[in-house]
Amino acid sequence: MKKIYDVVVIGAGPAGLAAAIEAKKSGAGDVLIIERNNEPGGILLQCIHNGFGSVIFKKDLPGPAYAWNFIEQARSLNVEMVFDTMVVDITGGRKIYASNSVEGFIELDAKAIVLAMGCRERTRAQIMAPGDRPAGVFTAGMVQRLVNIEGYMPGKNFVILGSGDIGMIMARRLTLEGAKVIKIIELLPYLTGLRRNYVQCLQDFGIPLELSTTIKRITGKKRVEAVETVRVDETLTPIAGTERVIACDSLILSVGLVPENELSRKAGVVLDPLTLGPVVDETMATNVPGIFAAGNVVTIYDLVDYVSMAGATAGISAAKFAAGAPVSPPAFTLTPGDGVRTVMPQKITGLSGPDASVLVELRASREFAGRVSVNILEDENIVYSHVEKYARPAEMITLKINWNETAKKLSNNKSGLKVNIAKI
Amino acid sequence: MRTNYDVIIIGSGIVGSLTARYLSAYDINILVVEKESDVGMNTSSANSAIIHSGYDPAPNTLKAAMNSLGNRLWHTLAPELGIAFKESGSYVVAIGAGELPVLRGLYERGIANSIPGLKIINKAEFLTREPLINPDVSGALWAPTAAVIDPFGAVLAAAENAVVNGAEYLFETEFTGFISGGDKITGIKTTRGDFSCKWVVNSAGIHSGEIAKKAGTRKDFIITPRKGSYLVFDPVKLSINNVLFPVPTDKGKGTLVSTTTHGNVMIGPNNEPCENMDDSATTRAGVEEVLKGAKKLVPSIDQKNVIAMYAGIRASGNAGRDFVIDIPVEIKGLVNLCGIESPGFASAPAIALKVVELLKSAGFELKEKPGWVPVRKPAPHLHTLSLKERAELTAKNPAYGRIVCRCEEITEGEIIDAMRSPVPARTYDGIKRRTWLGTGRCQGSFDMPRVIQIMAREMGIPETEVTKKGGGSEIVFRKTKEVPAR
Repeated sequence: MKKIYDVVVIGAGPAGLAAAIEAKKSGAGDVLIIERNNEPGGILLQCIHNGFGSVIFKKDLPGPAYAWNFIEQARSLNVEMVFDTMVVDITGGRKIYASNSVEGFIELDAKAIVLAMGCRERTRAQIMAPGDRPAGVFTAGMVQRLVNIEGYMPGKNFVILGSGDIGMIMARRLTLEGAKVIKIIELLPYLTGLRRNYVQCLQDFGIPLELSTTIKRITGKKRVEAVETVRVDETLTPIAGTERVIACDSLILSVGLVPENELSRKAGVVLDPLTLGPVVDETMATNVPGIFAAGNVVTIYDLVDYVSMAGATAGISAAKFAAGAPVSPPAFTLTPGDGVRTVMPQKITGLSGPDASVLVELRASREFAGRVSVNILEDENIVYSHVEKYARPAEMITLKINWNETAKKLSNNKSGLKVNIAKI
Repeated sequence: MRTNYDVIIIGSGIVGSLTARYLSAYDINILVVEKESDVGMNTSSANSAIIHSGYDPAPNTLKAAMNSLGNRLWHTLAPELGIAFKESGSYVVAIGAGELPVLRGLYERGIANSIPGLKIINKAEFLTREPLINPDVSGALWAPTAAVIDPFGAVLAAAENAVVNGAEYLFETEFTGFISGGDKITGIKTTRGDFSCKWVVNSAGIHSGEIAKKAGTRKDFIITPRKGSYLVFDPVKLSINNVLFPVPTDKGKGTLVSTTTHGNVMIGPNNEPCENMDDSATTRAGVEEVLKGAKKLVPSIDQKNVIAMYAGIRASGNAGRDFVIDIPVEIKGLVNLCGIESPGFASAPAIALKVVELLKSAGFELKEKPGWVPVRKPAPHLHTLSLKERAELTAKNPAYGRIVCRCEEITEGEIIDAMRSPVPARTYDGIKRRTWLGTGRCQGSFDMPRVIQIMAREMGIPETEVTKKGGGSEIVFRKTKEVPAR
């Protein structure tokens, strides 16, 4: 390992791999990826189901195959990778401290950094699931790793809380491995994962989904013995008298993902209270000069293809910064308006890319059953509009905006723009 | 192993383990039997983690005497045993003018209990000390000798020090009855066989009442277990400077807000009835009660930032709400330590020393042992060290370089230390309690598969035999592709 690198990428998942590849292609000399796992690929490695690559490769690939395309490219471009290594601190001056069992304690300097640490799962306490604290309560991603990577079955009879994608995918996976998935329950009155997963993972395997239901109590001194479920009303308050006890030995929680930003915080990166990830512009630059971010560390995506695309953008930007290119300050801010829960990027320089193309990722704050227009507004004035067949919080909306065109419609010299979703 | 001992201690909580530790200074054989898979798994590791200053117990009770002496002892014992201990002091906070007179009453009780340094401070001053406090605060009672402790760490330290000095511990070993000869107890029966002894110390916490009764003593003494729930917060999202109690009520000291030695804000407890003696299940109503209680002091507390919740059981007895610490008259060879509820943790060193005194006064010969080692050096916690110290340790032992728990930055080296310590961790929870692994935001979802591997390797067992908290709590049960038996 060297003492100084042009670009250091934290995390060898899809965002990090794409960032390193594009940084190299953009002329960065020494590019290093630091990965805490013992191999590259990130969470894709445990996602052995298909459904990856429809945008970039126009193919339906399993996770590891999708990752392999990028791993091969990174290797052939001589991207340096170090595994089983955890970054413990990053300073605003881009000094990186890391630790592993081979080199011991590592200290190095980066001309530019790409944060690509991904996300973590929400846990039992965050959903306030009360009761005993036995073995057999798992998060969906942990079960996915145990089953698909380590090769162990963590239970026989499962109840799954949360209709997120990983939960549904694990319901199918566990069924195929000989376990019984009794049911999936969901607090909200609607599915929180993708509809295609509901069809392919639950319907096709006869696994029931019960909406507007939550866990009242987990029972079992040593191992889970039962869970008590309860129906909730439209305010998500439990309805007395609707309790049911389901005997099982495992409870899987698939209750959402949270961007993992402990290192970003240490480096002084400003976070968005809605996405819980760094505030970035369309070049994926954070507020700290030379520190970029991409992927689930920024906002939780549905499709890995867009994670890779954001990673690529961050890599190009990092390489430019490392080469001493001037930094353009953001000219506009983008904030969620009516019907929108999160929007990323939160800032726009308006100068990047050959066609000044800006990718905006947003999520609806509620269900819109019919056609909607997704608008960018300067005051009440619509400067960009895009039609979708429907909008759901569970499905991210991606806007590909030609900023040159949009900028022409900006009249009032306002820097604050809003994004809204309106019924048509 | 041997089957005859001088002293057998039932229960490895803070009282039992400190008793073992102080008795290990003498030339006797000591056995501690514990029904759980580790030390201090019940009340001793699920409590408020406060070494109370001692203003609260009614004057002239055992609680008052043990608390004030125990508090003084902890201030030297904690550094001696390498226990995380924060000399924070504590406040009782009056909200609204109506609660202000209560502080005066507590102050006077504290003076009667000879508690040093008590002071009532006014609203303006308190607001500068704790900016997040409810703006309706009317004043606070400052008790400078109160402290925050790592409760499991304290039990472990006492147990390890006892073991280093020759005491033995047997886990997953449940007391089933006494063996007696005439008017004297001569041993105990357990799920792992019979052991004879000269003295039995009953420090079985919530079960101490049943055990006292089995010996034919304390026939009217009943423990009515009461649950207290606690919530732990993400340290990045919430920070509190001080230990904050509300004004007490008949139900107890109320829901406090404090910061653990590990740096997390913790709130709790409430006071709920238990369904049975071992019922430590949290309930929705209980959790909501705790949140409500804590918000009275710190209104900005937000349940979204909770990272862990659990409940502990108080061993509340009916002996005039006081501790029972005595050698009963009905039978010889027994010391009863019953009803050790709050301020039990603060009192524990005083109770343990009292046991030594009681045994001596009963004529049991206790000869000081040459070479007794009273000091314990704890295993390193890398995340508490400077980057330079971490680099030095990692250079010596590369296992300190491999971080297994990403949130708390716990290394493989620390896990191995925990599994090779004088009271080794044998379960996932045992490692968690010793190292703080899995106690962060992700609550172990990243580390668990890795820890299972390390445990299997260290213990020389298959992964399917690794448990969370002892037999019956296995985490994985077969390999994939192994056809399940029909």
